[in-house]
Amino acid sequence: MKKPFAITLDPGSSLANKTGSWRTERPVYVDHLPPCNKQCPAGEDIQGWLFHAESGDYLDAWTHLTRDNPFPAIMGRVCYHTCEGVCNRGKLDSAVGIHSVERFLGDGALQEAWGFAAPQSETGKHVLVVGAGPSGLSAAYHLRRMGHAVTVLEAGAKPGGMMRFGIPKYRLPRDVLDGEVQRIADMGVSFRYDHKVSEIAAEMVDLKADAAFLAIGAHIAKRAYIPAKDSSRILDAVSILRSMEGAEPPKLGRRVVVYGGGNTALDVARTARRLGATEAIIVYRRTREKMPAHDFELEEALQEGIKVKWLSTITGAEGGHLTIEKMELDADGKPQPTGEFETLDADTLILALGQEVDLSLLKGIAGLVTEDGVVQVDPDTMMTGHPGLFAGGDMAPGERNVTVAIGHGKKAARHIDAWLNGATLAPKLERQVASFDRLNTWYYSDAPKTVAPQLDLVRRTSGFDEVQLGLTETTALFEARRCLSCGNCFECDNCFGVCPDNAVVKLGPGNRFEINLDYCKGCGICATECPCGAIDMVPENS
Amino acid sequence: MVQDIKFYQTGTFTVGNRLLDPDQRTVQSSIDRNNSLTSGHRACQGCGEALGARYAVDAAMRATNGQLIAANATGCLEVFSTPYPETSWQLPWLHSLFGNAAAVGSGIAAALAVKARKAGKSQSDVRVIAQGGDGGTTDIGFGCLSGMFERNDDVLYICYDNEGYMNTGVQRSSATPPAARTATTMAVGPDPGAEFGKGKNVPLIAMAHEIPYVATATVADLRDLEAKVEKAMSMRGARYLHVFVPCPLGWGAASCDTIKLARLARETGIFPVFEAENGEITHVTKIRHKTPVEDYLRLQKRFAHLFGTPGRPEVVARIQANADRNIKRFGLLEEVPA
Repeated sequence: MKKPFAITLDPGSSLANKTGSWRTERPVYVDHLPPCNKQCPAGEDIQGWLFHAESGDYLDAWTHLTRDNPFPAIMGRVCYHTCEGVCNRGKLDSAVGIHSVERFLGDGALQEAWGFAAPQSETGKHVLVVGAGPSGLSAAYHLRRMGHAVTVLEAGAKPGGMMRFGIPKYRLPRDVLDGEVQRIADMGVSFRYDHKVSEIAAEMVDLKADAAFLAIGAHIAKRAYIPAKDSSRILDAVSILRSMEGAEPPKLGRRVVVYGGGNTALDVARTARRLGATEAIIVYRRTREKMPAHDFELEEALQEGIKVKWLSTITGAEGGHLTIEKMELDADGKPQPTGEFETLDADTLILALGQEVDLSLLKGIAGLVTEDGVVQVDPDTMMTGHPGLFAGGDMAPGERNVTVAIGHGKKAARHIDAWLNGATLAPKLERQVASFDRLNTWYYSDAPKTVAPQLDLVRRTSGFDEVQLGLTETTALFEARRCLSCGNCFECDNCFGVCPDNAVVKLGPGNRFEINLDYCKGCGICATECPCGAIDMVPENS
Repeated sequence: MVQDIKFYQTGTFTVGNRLLDPDQRTVQSSIDRNNSLTSGHRACQGCGEALGARYAVDAAMRATNGQLIAANATGCLEVFSTPYPETSWQLPWLHSLFGNAAAVGSGIAAALAVKARKAGKSQSDVRVIAQGGDGGTTDIGFGCLSGMFERNDDVLYICYDNEGYMNTGVQRSSATPPAARTATTMAVGPDPGAEFGKGKNVPLIAMAHEIPYVATATVADLRDLEAKVEKAMSMRGARYLHVFVPCPLGWGAASCDTIKLARLARETGIFPVFEAENGEITHVTKIRHKTPVEDYLRLQKRFAHLFGTPGRPEVVARIQANADRNIKRFGLLEEVPA
């Protein structure tokens, strides 16, 4: 080529100059564990399903969610959503209403009649699940997905366990419960009701089961000794809540006193109000701060006119009069009697002092250990001391609530599957938690949480309609989009845009980005300006 | 509760957003952006000027359908992009002298106007930008720039302001802020660093020429910057865009903090972001989270002499007073309804 005067070289592009050689640190895309996911007892990938919900892909969101938990409509109502307590957005304005979006997805799935796919192939193994409560149903669902034949044996006439016999209808409508259980039955799980297992070993032989998962729950009410004359009417909370499922609601009278401070105490007091009690009084021996019940439920109960006598115990009952002793907290925070007494009138006294497990079906099983009234299991696998026998839910150690039970069922299912294949699962690698200080919150705009409308107070106390209403599609979408996507790329294009060297390659929707190390100088702007902390700067090896 | 669906996850602050309609997305979020200043250039790690130049020129390329010629002043931008025989520029690009970028731009525009007239058109479809750093704009090339404004030549002049002569070893320019240490304003004596009361505000001087369009922008607010370039390219006549581009090397800042510094300059009131048409301010970008100047200054070693023991709190207070004056003068804070 003939060049102009004084020109000796062809013009070239600076692309020939690989500035990547300057680098001492390189950006690396990471997926850190969002605090909500870490917190979830059922192991849901919350950030993952919210990502789909944000773009209105509700089927994808629901499918992603139900990978871990088959009950979004139930969860959205009864889970205590501790995920929201650790939500990083709570430090910015208020936590994302995860449970509201979950419920919206669950309700939508019921409405659209979305179902679970049957397993691709059968393993030929048969697993027995004892108890159709949340834990048993969760295990049955996951085992079936893995291709095992599953038979669920339930002592009651209907599935649900404590979700049916413990949680009042105003918190969990029964059509929602039935709908989500039916979906599991539709996968080919067989259910036998009114089938109380008296000896698990014999039952396994009869049904030719290769393994069993026990989740019979804790249905025996604890009693407290209260000296009482014959005329006093003393009932327990478990049987009242259970009888709510019968034809004839229990008769409790106009003045009802509930003894205890847990969520069951609140449930039964609120139920009593709905059954026509003009006064429902909770007697609890400690203070509000010490109460095991969740504060939002107490708040709802107080709004409905439930009264609470703090720092009080019941020492006697006679002919509709209760003797109450005042308590005070000692230096250790334990309640101590003061010797001051008063009288409280009550038509019915309801004891809500906790529940115990009926362990009789386990007699004669070798290697099994029971302690503190529950079956001991390996916390990593949920297997009892007897090989092939797993247990979870309220009958195993752990916090007693629906979500924990569902988590037990999922974990047990994974390890039952491994055990049936003669394998053991390696523990999952702990991922780094996506903490708030890793976020660049400048990029998130302020938006308050959408408050799900609540039923009018008047309607609430006079019937069993659901108290918490759901979100509309508009508000659910809004709520989902408040997710900060902590620690996981949500394709905001920031890294792609802010690189002064065009060294970030955009791979297109759903495929995220990669770094072109030929040109990346390692300045770190992409990591600093990543809103969600999904880029780490890693030193280059010298 | 009735609320519009907004993109609250990120608002419109991020470069892109997969939830936005494609036509609402930024130029920079597109795989098809021009990358007018392509990879392999020799700018330092985290260079704000390289980033600002790509933002601005890519937006101008989109606004003109790629019918664009650039004239460039001497300076970092020219040196790091075109070491012979390589170039990083992916558009027709011309460099002449340090001080004459505006004049070269004027000349190209005049030639294009003649060509258009000979082709029987009223005006040229090919458009012109001239660009340079603050040294080539506010000091050395200022006469040519003022002339271009005064003649209302059809050129968009873009100044990338990194507040000093960084290419030649960090000397003071008339855009260097008070108290900043440079090679020619050492941090010694009773009034360390650049003096208060010196320097000039070229955006306001440009406005005094009553040209069609004057705007300021930063590399921290991409949408705003792209919108201003697009608006400027929709107009004819002399236009001026002043882009704030932090310099990690000259300011003694971490290379990863370039955008953060630009954001803080705006949020403290140190660098007011506004636009003006025909000499009147028409829009001001409000401060979102008001921040004390100290948060901005502490990230930069050129202000290190103001901190530590004993430090110079009275100098920091003067810088704060200047920022507060900007806030008042340009109305940078949202009015709180009484």
